[in-house]
Amino acid sequence: MDLATLAQVLDSTLRLATPLLFACLAGLISERAGVFDIGLEGKILAAAFLAAAIAYVSGNVWLGVLAGIAVSVFMSLIHGVASITFRGNQLISGVAINFLAAGLTVVIAQNWFQQGGRTPSLTGDARMPTIDLPFAEALADVPVIGPIYGIFSGHAPLVYLAFLCVPATWFLLFRTRFGLRLRAVGENPAAVDTAGVSVIGLRFGAVAICGVLCGLAGAYLSTGLSAGFVKDMSAGRGYIALAAMIFAKWRPWHAMGAVLLFGLLEAVANRFQSIEVFGLALPVQVMQALPYILTVVILAGFVGRAIPPRAGGSPYVKEH
Amino acid sequence: MKSLKTLTLSASVLALGAGMALAEGPALIFDLGGKFDKSFNEAAYNGAERWKAETGGEYRDIEMQSAAQRVQFARRMAESGANPIVVLGFQNAPTLEEVAPDYPDTSFVLVDAVADLPNVRSVIFAEHEGSYLVGMLAAMASESNTISFVGGMEIPLISAFACGYAQGAKAVNPDMNVIVNYTGNTPEAWNDPVRGGEIARGQISQGSDVVFAAAGGTGLGVLQAAADAGVYSIGVDSNQNYLHPGSVLTSMLKLVDEAVYQAFTDGPGMETGVVTMNLASAGVGYALDEHNADLITAEMQEAVEAARASIIAGETVVHDYRTDSTCPAF
Repeated sequence: MDLATLAQVLDSTLRLATPLLFACLAGLISERAGVFDIGLEGKILAAAFLAAAIAYVSGNVWLGVLAGIAVSVFMSLIHGVASITFRGNQLISGVAINFLAAGLTVVIAQNWFQQGGRTPSLTGDARMPTIDLPFAEALADVPVIGPIYGIFSGHAPLVYLAFLCVPATWFLLFRTRFGLRLRAVGENPAAVDTAGVSVIGLRFGAVAICGVLCGLAGAYLSTGLSAGFVKDMSAGRGYIALAAMIFAKWRPWHAMGAVLLFGLLEAVANRFQSIEVFGLALPVQVMQALPYILTVVILAGFVGRAIPPRAGGSPYVKEH
Repeated sequence: MKSLKTLTLSASVLALGAGMALAEGPALIFDLGGKFDKSFNEAAYNGAERWKAETGGEYRDIEMQSAAQRVQFARRMAESGANPIVVLGFQNAPTLEEVAPDYPDTSFVLVDAVADLPNVRSVIFAEHEGSYLVGMLAAMASESNTISFVGGMEIPLISAFACGYAQGAKAVNPDMNVIVNYTGNTPEAWNDPVRGGEIARGQISQGSDVVFAAAGGTGLGVLQAAADAGVYSIGVDSNQNYLHPGSVLTSMLKLVDEAVYQAFTDGPGMETGVVTMNLASAGVGYALDEHNADLITAEMQEAVEAARASIIAGETVVHDYRTDSTCPAF
């Protein structure tokens, strides 16, 4: 593999990892606060649809992104009301969100655009622009540095935002009072309550942030990575993000590593049909199955125990 | 999630069946990928709509949501009295082998596969011949001497597209480099434009300047990526030239609409057996319209027409991947 090919694969990795990274951080913040969220997939899908639909109608991609965030936050709040306020089962509520999104997006898309559950293709300003980093053009011909710099240049703004979200999430969780309380709510909500801080409020704050991040993931998927919404376009990315989150043991920097690994596997599978490893030809099917195999291995505990936040999954009931 | 969807759907199908128990007339069962995939299924839909417009008749259709519904839907349609029933998709041969014998008075039409039953007409297409022609066009349009192919699932049917394409390209220029990639191993591969676009970008970065997509809905992402990169693409099944005028070089046409129209017109008790739609019967071909008139020069057209005549006359034999699972062009 020469340097140029490597650069192209890594370039593709960054693009493919972006929606996973948003979704992974979304799940991470929600679960750190003790609210399990199976519904990442549904929120990504709903955001992808509304972002593409509004971008198409308004001709402005940023209005689309805002709409995507809005619908995703709205669905997060449904999840919040069901599982925080009414203390319903968090997994069931999440699955319901997925259902709702899978069905509603297609029905509404058909009703609005009559194209069989897809939005029309986005063109011009309705698609997410890309940003060329300064000097990318000038450095392009410089050996080694040019291609490496090129990997990081020429992506949509949301790609850079996603990677900026990693230190931001770390800072929020581990360096702010809000983050400390949020983590405490996921470990021992009774203690937080005793200290006079609202458990309900903190958890709602966490699911709202989760909604914003899922909205960005969906919006990038439909307006940045492709040009329009099609049925079920999230294609399991919400679940892969959950797997990455467990892989990363609920830590932001590790989450970035995990999604980059999954993105790299996907990029490699897209690029090479068969790979020679020590004289043995691996068929592409193996490459395409690798993220899932890896997930099973991780969940089986081969990379050390992944211990979720202690109060995760259980609604908080105030003692009388 | 899928199972609940299936449940509600089958409930609605049940209601449909009960309400129209005596309704006759033809029916169409779409394959995964959906009615408006702008490709294979949409071609069938157009054929059915043409029949409806010309005869004023009514037909019923249903879209599959998951592979588990194949047998169920075919059976429901047969139960409801629809006749003939057109079933789309290469994965439906086992479906009809299971269902058709139970309804000997109903005529079934299977598109893209063969089921050897007395009441089934199997319509298959010589995709390798049509792909050969667009492969020639691709080779003539390419300046980098590298062209590429994005398939949906890696199955013999799609490999036949790839193989015909490569043969056509190498007939023009034996040194032509043909990159072949497939999207995935599951039916989701027909509906993943994001991955399709990434694969196309990868091929373009390897020097390809004509990308042929035979991947259903995934192909939309491929055509988009080619248009974004300013290279040519080739559509499939339906005429997709209009999607990105100036970028879509041509489309490999598979006249699924004609097959559906013919089946609906022939009606119940139609002649069964295997029908092959090839170049000779104009069942496959390439699309030429106002959107790509500037891209296809007179010389290119001349060369392709000569090849078409030669294939019809039997002078040029395009190898079909499906006969022996090998391809001489690779």
